[in-house]
Amino acid sequence: MYSDFAPIPVFAVLSVVLIGVALFLQRILAPAEKTALKLSVYECGEEVEGPAWIQFNIRFYVIALIFLIFDVEVVLLFPWAVVFKDLGWVAFIEMLIFLGILTVGLVAVWSRRDLDWVKMKVPYGQGRYAKLRGSAE
Amino acid sequence: MTSFTDSLTGWFNGLTWLPDMSPAIVAVFVAGILALAVFTFMSLNALVAVYFERKVSAFMQDRLGPMEVGIFGFRGGKKFWGGIGQTLADAIKLLGKEDTIPADADRPLFILGPFILFGAAFTAFIGLPIGWGMVISDFNIGVFFITAITSVGVIGIILSGWASNNKWSLYGAMRSAAQIISYELPLGMSLLLVVMVAGSLQFSDIVQWQEDNRWFIIHSPFTVVAFMIFLVSGVAEANRTPFDLPEAESELVAGYMTEYSGFRWSLFFLSEYASMVIISLMTAIVFLGAWLSPVAGILRMFGVPEGWYYLSGPLWGLFWLMGKVAFLIFTMMWFRWTFPRLRPDQLMYTAWKVFLPFALANIFFVGLWELLLA
Repeated sequence: MYSDFAPIPVFAVLSVVLIGVALFLQRILAPAEKTALKLSVYECGEEVEGPAWIQFNIRFYVIALIFLIFDVEVVLLFPWAVVFKDLGWVAFIEMLIFLGILTVGLVAVWSRRDLDWVKMKVPYGQGRYAKLRGSAE
Repeated sequence: MTSFTDSLTGWFNGLTWLPDMSPAIVAVFVAGILALAVFTFMSLNALVAVYFERKVSAFMQDRLGPMEVGIFGFRGGKKFWGGIGQTLADAIKLLGKEDTIPADADRPLFILGPFILFGAAFTAFIGLPIGWGMVISDFNIGVFFITAITSVGVIGIILSGWASNNKWSLYGAMRSAAQIISYELPLGMSLLLVVMVAGSLQFSDIVQWQEDNRWFIIHSPFTVVAFMIFLVSGVAEANRTPFDLPEAESELVAGYMTEYSGFRWSLFFLSEYASMVIISLMTAIVFLGAWLSPVAGILRMFGVPEGWYYLSGPLWGLFWLMGKVAFLIFTMMWFRWTFPRLRPDQLMYTAWKVFLPFALANIFFVGLWELLLA
């Protein structure tokens, strides 16, 4: 039973070893002439402006949070699915309540526009965009 | 249920000329041999798949290169073998390329990234069966194991994208993270239907169910929808066009792998083609009846008695499974040359506003279907 899982660590270790061997071969075969220009970061040939380790607007970060909830749900659903046919209607209705609550969550996120690329609650030209519009004209 | 591990262990124990070894050492040996086999398969797979992809794209776009390059002085010409020289040259070239790590990069993480990505794809092959008893480990949680291990790969992608200290790599990695976590939900939920109907997470049980009843794709209208969601999400998980935003070459150079070269780069490459095979194998096993013969299925339906014309058996099983996998891989390449790349917001829209509601509704309807009709 547990011996089924024995190949996993062996595979994990061997993947590292095999890559190591190939990298060693490459070290022997491949040329190695490092120049400062070669070791610079390639951004379409432009000179690099500052590091990439900056704060920038990651869209959909709310989605990452929702994903966590839904992923836990999927994990919970798998054991349920295995015994679903044995338990019948009871299991089905219980899971429907659970899924229903999550669906309400999805609907809430959807209507809050967290699933949209541009989260514009206020129409353009009104509210805090009114001033912007005035300056453009 | 036997497995490759069991039969090899038995073979090892049968060798009388070997000194006595503890079972643990034998287990490590056996797993090691199988790991080497999988590594060889992955390397060859990338070669063949690239050749195949070049051929498909050459046919679809009328390209000259992949059709003409010959081998050992043979002129290729516009034949099947034309272009095979290019594939062999590629393999040698990759080892001969200089290995550069940018001076500004985060060195340890830069090196670690491809290892994780490759390790995840490599380990996934443990659980994938190719016939009755032809599997490295027939886990009782097979489906779960594959979904779990394949989603580890995204950590490697994020690491390498971030560690490159390149803006394009960072964008690529972030897109990849958003994409892979989004499409994992419809993927898992589609698999869930199969588990609900078959009542097991073990691949051999799922195939057994399909042999006793029918292939999952024709089981109910909802499993057809699940199949489509699964296949498309699988293409997205493998970062293939039209979901190749993380490595969109026209906007992000090569996304998270921009800064990699030589063999380190080819690890991404091996993993991408391996994940195509993993997704196709999963789809074939779970929805398309794995190694079951379609001929046998049709004949059985009409009550024809068993015979050679059923075209089933271990070797035919391998033929059918590989045929289905090859067709699915061809479909993925077909996608690539047919559909334009999606925009990130369209990508998210598809996952969260189309696939997820459909997948949730699917669970409900399949539950009803099973309880009322079965």
